[in-house]
Amino acid sequence: MSTPEREITFAEAVREALAEEMRRDSNVFIMGEDVAEAGTPFKVLSGLVEEFGKERVMDTPISEPGFTGMGIGAAITGMRPVIDIMFGDFLTLTMDQIVNQAAKIHYMSGGKMKAPIVFRTTMGASRRSGAQHSQSLQAWVSHVPGLKVVIPSTPYDVKGLLKTAIRDDNPVVFIEDKMMFKMKGPVPAEEYTIPFGVADIKRKGDDITLVATSSMVQVALGAANMLEQIGISAEVIDPRTTTPLDRQAFIESAKKTSRAIVIDEGYESYGVTAEIASVIADGAFYYLDAPVKRMGAMNVPIPFSPALEDLTVPTEETVFQMAKTLCRRD
Amino acid sequence: MTRKTESATKRSPEAMDVEQWLHVYEKMVKIREFEEKANELYLKAIMPGLTHLYSGQEAVAVGVCEALRREDYITSTHRGHGHCLAKGASVDLMFAELLGKEAGYCRGKGGSMHIADPASGNLGANAIVGGSAGIATGAALSAKKRGSDQVAVCFFGEGALGQGLLYEVMNMASLWKLPIIYVCENNLYNEYTHYSEALAGKVTARAEAFGIHAETIDGQDVQLVYETTKRLVERARRGEGPAFLECMTYRYYGHHVGDISRTYYRSKEEEQEWRNKRDPLKLLADKLVGGKLTDQSVLDRIVTDVRSEVEKGMQFGIDAPYPDQSEVNQHVYA
Repeated sequence: MSTPEREITFAEAVREALAEEMRRDSNVFIMGEDVAEAGTPFKVLSGLVEEFGKERVMDTPISEPGFTGMGIGAAITGMRPVIDIMFGDFLTLTMDQIVNQAAKIHYMSGGKMKAPIVFRTTMGASRRSGAQHSQSLQAWVSHVPGLKVVIPSTPYDVKGLLKTAIRDDNPVVFIEDKMMFKMKGPVPAEEYTIPFGVADIKRKGDDITLVATSSMVQVALGAANMLEQIGISAEVIDPRTTTPLDRQAFIESAKKTSRAIVIDEGYESYGVTAEIASVIADGAFYYLDAPVKRMGAMNVPIPFSPALEDLTVPTEETVFQMAKTLCRRD
Repeated sequence: MTRKTESATKRSPEAMDVEQWLHVYEKMVKIREFEEKANELYLKAIMPGLTHLYSGQEAVAVGVCEALRREDYITSTHRGHGHCLAKGASVDLMFAELLGKEAGYCRGKGGSMHIADPASGNLGANAIVGGSAGIATGAALSAKKRGSDQVAVCFFGEGALGQGLLYEVMNMASLWKLPIIYVCENNLYNEYTHYSEALAGKVTARAEAFGIHAETIDGQDVQLVYETTKRLVERARRGEGPAFLECMTYRYYGHHVGDISRTYYRSKEEEQEWRNKRDPLKLLADKLVGGKLTDQSVLDRIVTDVRSEVEKGMQFGIDAPYPDQSEVNQHVYA
């Protein structure tokens, strides 16, 4: 881009995407707890009710399964709801509606019905919020056919991907890292969208591939800077969506570098990292010089105490150490 | 349809529009005959899986749907064949779906518990008890947002009264005056358990707690079901908000077709009592013939015609081809 780039926060990028899509399509509306005047506890939606009114930015009772189900009913009858599920941990309350209803309506009806709906929710620890407000449950929803799952990592990506999600004819679970809302980054003023299923190389490198999602992209980039100091060139790839998954991008990168670590803030066991690691192990087997490693949240309920919580999530340092080991430089 | 329902408000039960009630009778017979054949398909091991028969409850689905327009919405249940047929589904495509055939309403991918026919306003049967409460209420919200005067009906059994989702959405429906009727078909049994063992307090009090107008009626009297629903639907169309209608009814068969030995949870005498004294088809027939509104021969001819239609529909389903194997991963995403 030739003109100087505009910088906005992740939260502002979310708000812009919603506002643009709501202006573009009168069927788009937002429904959830404290979304109107409060603009959510994270203030991500501040200002939207003033522009679009309470009919389109609807405060609900504290009834996650109820308003999630109602969103699905509205979606299959011509609307395009964006359902706000305040904390990713509350996805557990909505699972019947998302998994048994939304995800299956198109298939079970033999393609006659569709549910164009976005479930916006959050993820991420290190906010001192305790075990029920800190989980990253993207693996749960990524496991279910019929859902698309987006986990953006930059203001630019979140805006383009959210606009795509709202225009998509399928149920989309859109997971934002709570710690990222204040992060700034370049976002063009012009309209754009980002297609699903296209990974983004956040940093080019030759010696090791770091596949990182959402909150872990910044961690991987930090680790890559540390690795550069000791002469290791790391490539950082962000899948951006776990469903659909850009398998070929990881395989190509791993073929080039011959080493890979997959990093995601969900629990390490049975997680997003397991799926992506197996894709790489399978697709780049003959090119690998080391086993594919996975790094995720420690398999414990996220503790409250900062002294403990900080141990549970991969950091620049732990990723750096793992990469060094894989490159036999320790 | 509109003309018919408008005139019905002025009609006393004695002065029924015979043509309309013959049509209602035909629909109830169709459901009864359909279910008899569905049971037969199960017993002969022609039908894959199990199915939940609606026999005995016909007056509820038919009475309610008769008060609706084609573009009004319904959501149905695991015991849903009656709702689908009453809202306008055709028997041949229903049988095809029950048998997993491509010609079925859902290309064979849904089956007995997932028949959806958006063309007739049927947003789908649901195999999660109470699972469609949110969907039906959301359809009512959507109708209101779009400025249409469509009404939604959420059918569920009394077993769904145990599910929290229902109370969450009734709260919002009342708060936002949504055009929805919650039709609770109380057939006395939560699967294999009498509802009195599973339900505390009063059924209608649940809705009344949310400020929702609630009534309990005899669900075997199709005329009463129709006239009550019509009143509640008109109210909802006028923007006066949701209503809750408990229809007391009975399922003649078990929880599903395989539930044959039922004496451990209900007596044969009780089943006979309902079949003999409270059968919705007999009750309507008695009213029509007894009131000299029609002859028994007219009703007999309806039964003969329906039997032939159902027989043909079943044969269509049996003869129809299965979906091609390439269908298996189609329609996962729109």
